[in-house]
Amino acid sequence: MLEIKTYGRLGIADICDKVLAGERLSVEDGERLFACPDVLAIGSLAHEMRTRLHGTSAYYVMNQHINYSNICVNGCRFCAFGREKGDPKAFQLSIERILEKVRQRLGDPITEIHIVGGCHPDLPFSYYETILREVRRLRPDASIKAFTAVEIAHFARTEGIPTRDVLIRLKSAGLDMLPGGGAEVFSPRVRDLLCPRKLSGRGWLEVAGQAHRLGIKTNATMLYGHIETERERLEHLDALRTLQDETGGFVCFIPLPFQPANTRIEGAVSTTGVEDLRTMAVSRLMLDNFPHIKAYWVMLTVKLAQVALYFGADDFDGTVIEEKIGHMAGAESEQALTRGELERIIREGGFTPVERNCFFERADKAV
Amino acid sequence: MPMEDFKNDGRFEGRLSLDDAWRLYRQCDFLQLGRMAHSVRLGKNPEPYVTYVVDRNINYSNICTCGCRFCAFFKAPGQDGGYVLGRDELARKIQETLDLGGTQVLMQGGHHPDLPLSFYEEMLQFIKSRFPIHIHAFSPPEIVYFARIEKLGIAEVISRLRAAGLDSIPGGGAEILVDSVRKRVSPNKCSSGEWLGVMEEAHRQGLRTTATMMFGHEEEPFHRIEHLFALRELQDRTGGFTAFIPWAFQPMNTAIRRDPETAVSYLRLLAVSRLVLDNFDNIQASWVTMGPKIAQLALYFGANDFGSTMIEENVVAATGVHFRLSVEDIRRIIRAAGFEPCQRTMVYERVHGH
Repeated sequence: MLEIKTYGRLGIADICDKVLAGERLSVEDGERLFACPDVLAIGSLAHEMRTRLHGTSAYYVMNQHINYSNICVNGCRFCAFGREKGDPKAFQLSIERILEKVRQRLGDPITEIHIVGGCHPDLPFSYYETILREVRRLRPDASIKAFTAVEIAHFARTEGIPTRDVLIRLKSAGLDMLPGGGAEVFSPRVRDLLCPRKLSGRGWLEVAGQAHRLGIKTNATMLYGHIETERERLEHLDALRTLQDETGGFVCFIPLPFQPANTRIEGAVSTTGVEDLRTMAVSRLMLDNFPHIKAYWVMLTVKLAQVALYFGADDFDGTVIEEKIGHMAGAESEQALTRGELERIIREGGFTPVERNCFFERADKAV
Repeated sequence: MPMEDFKNDGRFEGRLSLDDAWRLYRQCDFLQLGRMAHSVRLGKNPEPYVTYVVDRNINYSNICTCGCRFCAFFKAPGQDGGYVLGRDELARKIQETLDLGGTQVLMQGGHHPDLPLSFYEEMLQFIKSRFPIHIHAFSPPEIVYFARIEKLGIAEVISRLRAAGLDSIPGGGAEILVDSVRKRVSPNKCSSGEWLGVMEEAHRQGLRTTATMMFGHEEEPFHRIEHLFALRELQDRTGGFTAFIPWAFQPMNTAIRRDPETAVSYLRLLAVSRLVLDNFDNIQASWVTMGPKIAQLALYFGANDFGSTMIEENVVAATGVHFRLSVEDIRRIIRAAGFEPCQRTMVYERVHGH
């Protein structure tokens, strides 16, 4: 870490003291971190915390992404993936097609299958249950991380049952974990402007809390870099850590830089590297009760994700394969990485690669 | 000096020795290394500016007898796809550069076996008689090659090109200035002594030049540090280098099979360059090879210049790496990093109105 007096010169000695003492930072502390011009000093503080938690380990997962459909009733303005039903670019995979994708990769040592899609207007609930049951049957060795809180709430509405019942039924069909998507920024102001039809921030937190209480772990995301303020980012982080205090069910936080291409936010531009790293570092420092922070290379680019391991991140996500949501919005990253590439990038960054499963348990490579 | 003597605010007494630099490069904590480099950079360029130049790379020919193994751009004489730009095309490219607010063109080509020195002199005269533009052209290997085919001395080649309109010399072709490495990756190209000799003579004749390093091919990490010291030693004697530009080798479509250097590796080398080259005023970030996000972060690892807007770039593009930025993008990225963007010339003078 940098010398304490450096933080004194920057006027954030008190924040540095809190981090070293393991005390919680306030939203106002977070605002001062965002305002501090020295991004390396902020990164160094986050790296101190990350190193205390994880040493030199940097995690990755052998995973497969499956997007079952891009048909979505929400029409969020930041999304380049969703399509209305009937749109020539709309797609919807049959159960058989999904299973074929899983079957194609049965030879790969995958431990996590990540399945998400749009809020489809009329697929029956049995479709989702069948996906889980059949994927589980086909690939019992892999965990299934599927359906964001937004999709869960959508299934509840179309099925006319409480979200808790949706979660119970999906769990019994084979669901292991929920991914962290759909959180965007919780601020009602932002959601009214960008995604008025989507589940509210409060609703998202309710579903996540219910899942945790049912023993279903979840991740959490934040889509930043569109119209939100720094204060709104910090309030988002604060809401997440408040729920985490109560349930302890969040595994990993994933800050996602907004990708402006093919979306409908006028005048929007890509976030820059320094902004991404600052947001990563502040997230690490604010989310003192989250074990893991992910540098999601699909959105950050592989190069920046590697550097982010020095700005609070401890996870590199995974091999991914066939990611559509970020790439349709112009993400310039690769389509997939191999285990060898992931390990090399982590090692050349100065860290020790550690393969994990979706719960961040160390994977047994002998499997 | 021991590692503890390097304070993380970047202040240390005297110059780095080769041994100091090597240990810093190998052992120093990543963020601390960046911080030291940034501190030195702020000491040299204390104003809040980050500069950039509006220019275009014009490759007047891709026909080359060198056959360097790291190159994806060249065509051997007689091979399909070889070209020499005609005058109309050249004029069109330069006019377009001026129309876009450009101040200079960077012109480099291959080692063309059949073009005499008069071809290059006439090309310079053609441009200078028609366009008010700075010509930054002919890297040292080209100049050494011209001297060889014309059986002339280096000094005479430079003075003839200068008389024809050459304003400055780009630092390309330096690759790694260690002959054992050059013999492996570019056996037909000028030696490190010849590269340095061209620069020394150019500086003596009053031409400013830049210096580059292409790393991450078949050199050992220590060779990179030796390269920096060779440049520092020459700069002590001449003071003619305006800037240093390190960039990472891009292996696709070349005859060298290896993985590209990672971002952390690039930033470490950049930071050490800033610390070793205490007699260089400027260090450039390379967004063309590293992408806009890492180039922006490089502004905190020792770089004070964002390089060129590259209205046209062909050599890196031939390896399949395509980043594109407009002047507006570059200015926005510099601002978002907390600096003030400023258009400059080759000799780092501010362009009027910026």
